[in-house]
Amino acid sequence: MAQTQTHFELFELPVSFELDLQDLSQRYRDLQSAAHPDKFATASDYERRLSVEMAAAINDAYQILKSPQKRARYMLELQSVSFDDENDMALDPAFLMEQIELREALGELNKTDDPLASLNKIMVDIKKRITSVLDKIREQLISGQLDEAQKSNVKQLVHKMQFLNKLQQEAEYQEENFLDSL
Amino acid sequence: MALLQISEPGESTNPHEHRLAAGIDLGTTNSLIASVKSGLAETLADAQGEHTLPSVVRYLENKIIVGAAAKSAAAEDPLNTISSVKRYMGRGLNDIKELGGRRPYEFVDADSAVPRIHTVTGDVSPVEVSAEILKSLKGRAEKSLGDSLTGVVITVPAYFDDAQRQATKDAGKLAGLNVLRLLNEPTAAAVAYGLDKKAEGIIAVYDLGGGTFDISILRLNKGVFEVMATAGDTALGGDDFDYAIAKWIMQEANIQDDTSHHQMRRLMRDACAAKEILSSSDIAKLNIELDDGSNWSGSLTLEKFIELVTPLIQKTLLPCRRALRDAGVDAAEVQSVVMVGGSTRVPEVREKVGTFFEQEPLTDINPDTVVAMGAAIQADILVGNKPDDDLLLLDVIPLSLGLETMGGLVEKVISRNTTIPVARAQDFTTFKDGQTAMSIHALQGERELVSDCRSLGRFTLHEIPAMVAGAARIRVTFQVDADGLLSISAREETTGVESGIEVKPSYGLTDTEIETMLRDSIEHAEDDVAARMLREQQVEAERVLEALESALADDGGLLNAEERKPIDLAAKKLLELSKGNELRDIKDAIAELDNAATEFVARRMDGNIKKALAGHNVNEF
Repeated sequence: MAQTQTHFELFELPVSFELDLQDLSQRYRDLQSAAHPDKFATASDYERRLSVEMAAAINDAYQILKSPQKRARYMLELQSVSFDDENDMALDPAFLMEQIELREALGELNKTDDPLASLNKIMVDIKKRITSVLDKIREQLISGQLDEAQKSNVKQLVHKMQFLNKLQQEAEYQEENFLDSL
Repeated sequence: MALLQISEPGESTNPHEHRLAAGIDLGTTNSLIASVKSGLAETLADAQGEHTLPSVVRYLENKIIVGAAAKSAAAEDPLNTISSVKRYMGRGLNDIKELGGRRPYEFVDADSAVPRIHTVTGDVSPVEVSAEILKSLKGRAEKSLGDSLTGVVITVPAYFDDAQRQATKDAGKLAGLNVLRLLNEPTAAAVAYGLDKKAEGIIAVYDLGGGTFDISILRLNKGVFEVMATAGDTALGGDDFDYAIAKWIMQEANIQDDTSHHQMRRLMRDACAAKEILSSSDIAKLNIELDDGSNWSGSLTLEKFIELVTPLIQKTLLPCRRALRDAGVDAAEVQSVVMVGGSTRVPEVREKVGTFFEQEPLTDINPDTVVAMGAAIQADILVGNKPDDDLLLLDVIPLSLGLETMGGLVEKVISRNTTIPVARAQDFTTFKDGQTAMSIHALQGERELVSDCRSLGRFTLHEIPAMVAGAARIRVTFQVDADGLLSISAREETTGVESGIEVKPSYGLTDTEIETMLRDSIEHAEDDVAARMLREQQVEAERVLEALESALADDGGLLNAEERKPIDLAAKKLLELSKGNELRDIKDAIAELDNAATEFVARRMDGNIKKALAGHNVNEF
């Protein structure tokens, strides 16, 4: 497999934010049926190594294409937008403020009457925000080649999405702790 | 004497093509070996007709006994009779569970990272003890099938970490087995169950064995078994039920914590018997022989038993919840719950699991043999007996994999329940001028602190090109293969120089230790080491040539005459050398052929992948 092949090319799909998840998973299974190490259990060392690498690359591509957020980010990267997670987090202050509030609410669950119910409310809220950001990303990416302003706009949105996903993970972690302590 | 073989219609016409393969369930309490015979997986019996081999090894001064005979000697010779050794695989001395105030055996603090058990024949590692069980099963299979095994699949708990998996693979190697794959126990059970019942959709496999617990959520779709999530506890099983009962008896019978090893073993034996009685009865009578020759009589009611084990059963439900969440499904979406492992015979376990999943769990499959059968089915396919089978197992890594960073924190590189194989790269740089080495501490677990995760090992990279601090860009690739085993490779990106890597496992044997054990075990078998190794290499050469021949027959068109020449030359050379007696030469010739065929193999795989999607596209448009 050529190193230069994109994930879309590997799956023989056009570069598009819209994709049929069922079709994607069928393609994924077909690819793995050809490349998975189980198909090369008695092959030469080299073939086995190659098959592990291939299968790993197919898994990786599938994970990225499957997730809207990762897919959006990947599409920007294909258009030479680079991400530097540690340094370019210049988000608008209003959004950051909301994030801080949500995070605080998560931290103070124990102070509420019914922590689990409060947590549920926060989780529903986060989900709503994720859907809304996702819709905006979809609108932007529909046009194919983006101009600089659009790129920076989508990049902002992807960053927001990352923030929200982190927050969601945090909430899930909290939920796990709550349930475990019951 | 060669017999003519007549193949069935649809089967391979070449009788040499049928290879013997087996699946092994290497359990905490019992082990099994199964093989596919005329299309059906079945467990193999020993000369006495017994299918189940108790996972117990007794060391005597001049021989080693495995199985039922060893088990019955456990109370009489507790320190030389090792049972439940699976619990020590890939573990350190600190992990060893104590009953009362003592460990079940005399552990020796050796130089190695692996604890050793002191026996009358010497100090043995858990890997060596497991290898004895595997050897016994191997012997049984070869007798039953009439020839040596081409390869085996050994099952492991899905929740086993890298060290525990590596230890299992090492044991297989030490037993002289060609381990084709380590297969997760719940996945193996799902294969046997799914193929038998032609099940489709989402299933949960609840596997409570003698010493380990797994829960896996799988999606079954036209021969594809996709593990969506797995969770578990590798130190929770029927053994713990026995411990709980034994502790209760000690309290009731006023037995002190520092009682003898003999007493402890008798207690465990009697506790286990009581547990089994309570699967179908309301009360179990106890008659315990005490060290001073007197007896203590009492009885354990079902009610008390439930009280003793409820916290343990409860402990299995947390992983169930976590697995469902990680899989992103609700209990209601689970179509069936398959119960695996002897401990699911306890009615209270079935009851609680049923309540949790809001449905009656399935108990119509044999919970003891289903794992070995699934492994046999996969082994049969892996050795190539069913080239057209569309079975595909997509499994996951059970625990997140991370690295130690500043301040004793863990940075996750691969998160739990990621489908394997998986590779992730991470870039590092040097912090000193001229630095040529660096060390990476790999860990497994979900917590943030190094001290709360499981240390896998330290990888030392060397031969990094000397540069000014911060200039080197070292890309370290973490790869987890289909067995769930981690390997690390590294290269400096600006120069393209590959780093050498030295691994120091935290709870595993080093390559040198394994080699020494391998050599010792061959010597003890009074085998001619050199002859055996030569024979193995000749068989390997034969296999490589056969595979190449069939690949060229299928896809020779991918090469022009010029490209084909070096491959043919290398193959001819290997064929000639493989008839000779020079081990080294044959090895080199295999490597040479591998090398000559690199481009062909890569093109072939590319072609296969394109073909895989081509069919798909045709269907669609």
